[in-house]
Amino acid sequence: MNARLRFLAALFTLFLLITGPFLLTTALLMAEMPAEESHILTDMLLPRLPIGIMMTGLGLAIGLAILRGLFNQYVQGLMKMSEMTQLMLGANRNFRLEPEGPPELRMLGQAINQLAQRHDELRDNLEQQIRLANTSVEEEKNRLAALMSELTQSVVVCNLDGRILLYNNSARAQFRAFVEGGGGAASLLGLGRSIFTVIDRNLMAHALEALQSRLTAGERQPATHFVTATRAGQLMRVQMAPVLALVAQAGAADATVLPGIGGYVLMLDNVTRSVENETRRDEILQNLTEGSRATLANIRAAVETLIEYPDIDGEQRERFLRIIGDEVLSMGQRLDRTLERHADSLKARWPLEEMLGADLIAAAQRRIESKFGLSVKLDEVDDGLWIKVDSFSLIQAISYLVSRLHETFSIRFLRLRLTRNGRLAHLDLIWMGAAISTETLHGWEQEPMNLSGESTPLTLHDIMDRHGGEIWFKRESATQQAYFRLLIPVTDHQNVIEPVSPLRGDSRPEYYDFDLFKRSDQDHALDERLLTDLTYTVFDTETTGLRPSEGDEIIQFGAVRIVNGRLLRSESFDQLVDPRRTMTAESIAIHGISQDMVDGQPGMEEILPSFHRFCEDTVLVAHNAAFDMRFLQLKENLTGIRFTQPVLDTLLLSAVVHPNQDSHKLELIAERLGVAIIGRHTALGDAIVTGEVFLRLITLLNAMGIRTLGEALAAARKTYYARIQY
Amino acid sequence: MTKKILIVDDEPNIVISLEFLMKREGFQVAVVGDGEEALRKIAAFEPDLVLLDIMMPKKSGFEVCQEVRANPAWAGIKLIMLTAKGRDTEVQKGMALGADAYVTKPFSTRDLVIKVRSVLGMDAVA
Repeated sequence: MNARLRFLAALFTLFLLITGPFLLTTALLMAEMPAEESHILTDMLLPRLPIGIMMTGLGLAIGLAILRGLFNQYVQGLMKMSEMTQLMLGANRNFRLEPEGPPELRMLGQAINQLAQRHDELRDNLEQQIRLANTSVEEEKNRLAALMSELTQSVVVCNLDGRILLYNNSARAQFRAFVEGGGGAASLLGLGRSIFTVIDRNLMAHALEALQSRLTAGERQPATHFVTATRAGQLMRVQMAPVLALVAQAGAADATVLPGIGGYVLMLDNVTRSVENETRRDEILQNLTEGSRATLANIRAAVETLIEYPDIDGEQRERFLRIIGDEVLSMGQRLDRTLERHADSLKARWPLEEMLGADLIAAAQRRIESKFGLSVKLDEVDDGLWIKVDSFSLIQAISYLVSRLHETFSIRFLRLRLTRNGRLAHLDLIWMGAAISTETLHGWEQEPMNLSGESTPLTLHDIMDRHGGEIWFKRESATQQAYFRLLIPVTDHQNVIEPVSPLRGDSRPEYYDFDLFKRSDQDHALDERLLTDLTYTVFDTETTGLRPSEGDEIIQFGAVRIVNGRLLRSESFDQLVDPRRTMTAESIAIHGISQDMVDGQPGMEEILPSFHRFCEDTVLVAHNAAFDMRFLQLKENLTGIRFTQPVLDTLLLSAVVHPNQDSHKLELIAERLGVAIIGRHTALGDAIVTGEVFLRLITLLNAMGIRTLGEALAAARKTYYARIQY
Repeated sequence: MTKKILIVDDEPNIVISLEFLMKREGFQVAVVGDGEEALRKIAAFEPDLVLLDIMMPKKSGFEVCQEVRANPAWAGIKLIMLTAKGRDTEVQKGMALGADAYVTKPFSTRDLVIKVRSVLGMDAVA
């Protein structure tokens, strides 16, 4: 019941209290009296009734006044106070209550003021701390950014989904070398892009697994490295270190937190050159050692024969002397050649990693079981054995052997064995069955390993060679047991595992504030995603004319990316295209691109694939997108490239936001939304303007309650302009 | 009876010495220059011992060794591997595949002769 109603009810009660007892008493007396007495009483009372009513009215008025006073002071006073308190909580935190009214309310007001004071102090304190923390984070960020950009080492930081969070200039330069031809590095390296376009997903998963197991084993700063070949045939050495995050252990009783991997830092090195050098150096070394051995053997045999058999006849003796002469000469020449070539060989090694043999066996077992569905049992495994290996390629080699066995003999059971023989480890792959001819094994050794879904130019022979190992096949006829033996050198040095330190506040990595780490976007349908969370490619094209279906062609692409609500001008795509037709004067007047500017530029069949890669995993945005998309769709048959991602049109979205405006031309929208126009009618310039417009439209759409991509698409569809078809 | 030795090596300069040496030691000697020829010659010549180089064109010494050991008719043939590579992985592989002895180049001719005689079960000195 609200205050006013309660007031009226109180007033009514007061009236009853004043008039009730008198009326009741009179009624009772009248009922008891004999008729004539009551007549007398009536006669007495009636003429004096006005006085009674007046007195009653007076009483009521006094009561009303008192009630009003109390109501105003207490009820209204409290309501006012409550409103003022709300004000302090919200709009104006500096507001304070004026002490007024009865003493009780004054006391309450003072108490509230004190509470507000205390609350403000706390909040100031908190804000101060937040500001301080932000400043130091900002400083760290800047320091990190400065440090990263100065580094000659290429650094890329990714989250667990393989999305790039951070990269530096040398990484950018490095990636440029990995791309073949047009399109540029921009299409591979960019914030929010997937690293898997450059580095094989399986390889990364393998490396992550290795990191994880080292972490579990208690190593405090685990790191791993591997070498991979890029699409352009370049060799890249990658060092990988985890970025630790505190992961709450689900189900743990006391909710303890353990360090888990939240992402990783990659340091990239183009080792194509150094691996080439190394190969050459190996060749040199081999030439010097093994070549010399043979030569020395020839000389020694000849010399010793001459000494042992002094009775050799002249012609025979001549032959031996000639051998010695020839061989000494050839050895001298070999040394000269070697020295000459050795000068420019640098030091580099295919990195081999020390690993516990048992871990390798376990990893191989898991992989074989999951990949081929074979049952793999472990035979004798020496669990104190350390080997020096490139675990990925070695496991690949083992899997390859298993796949060949599986195909050829359809074996279903396998056993793995790891034993030590002096300085060498025997890694055996055992099965029951028939023997393999030397030709077959020779073939397997020499051909590139092709596993379902994975292929590599490396051969089994290459991999064993890289490990300084050997491989052979044997069969024990008594037991029907056949096995491949991989011989791998044992390493003496063992990893020293530091004791696990209890996790303290300061063990947290120093730089850890990238918002993208929290992003895990794989399992959300795009439609459900907030507009502010998505990654966009905003693009524009210049064309030879307005009629794509009548042979007009795209002559320029311009595109920029929007990641986390920021327009990244540095990650842009800007490319002229040869339309393979002559341009009209009218169109040249619009975009200012002349015939000789496009002649000799790459054609559509070359540009479209790299533009497609640039747009990978993003939502497309364009002004009057239907027009540009029509051009792209007409090329689908030619290039086989389809743009299947969602498309947002700033023209339509502007019509959604401002349905009463006449024009939704880009310039006018830009003006309306306060976006500065730069370089209109270059594709990149227009794309940047469109991007800025789009960012402002997102804010306006949000205010209308259009928050997700799905909602934006639906709203755009509804607008009138959506019906225009080119 | 004179023991027969087959020398398999593609380097003529070592073959000359080996051939001379083995003949002087009183063996009957045949020479071939690659692995495939070696297998044919083993069938025809039926040697008691083969001096087998590893690095050869067509078929390597390892392959020859493995094929000889795979044929029960040739079980009695002794195999001595000669190699310019001194890695112990190779030595182990050679022995695992059934070689009787392994000699790394360069070797002493006297030691080679001793090794050949001992593998053939003969006295150390002729």
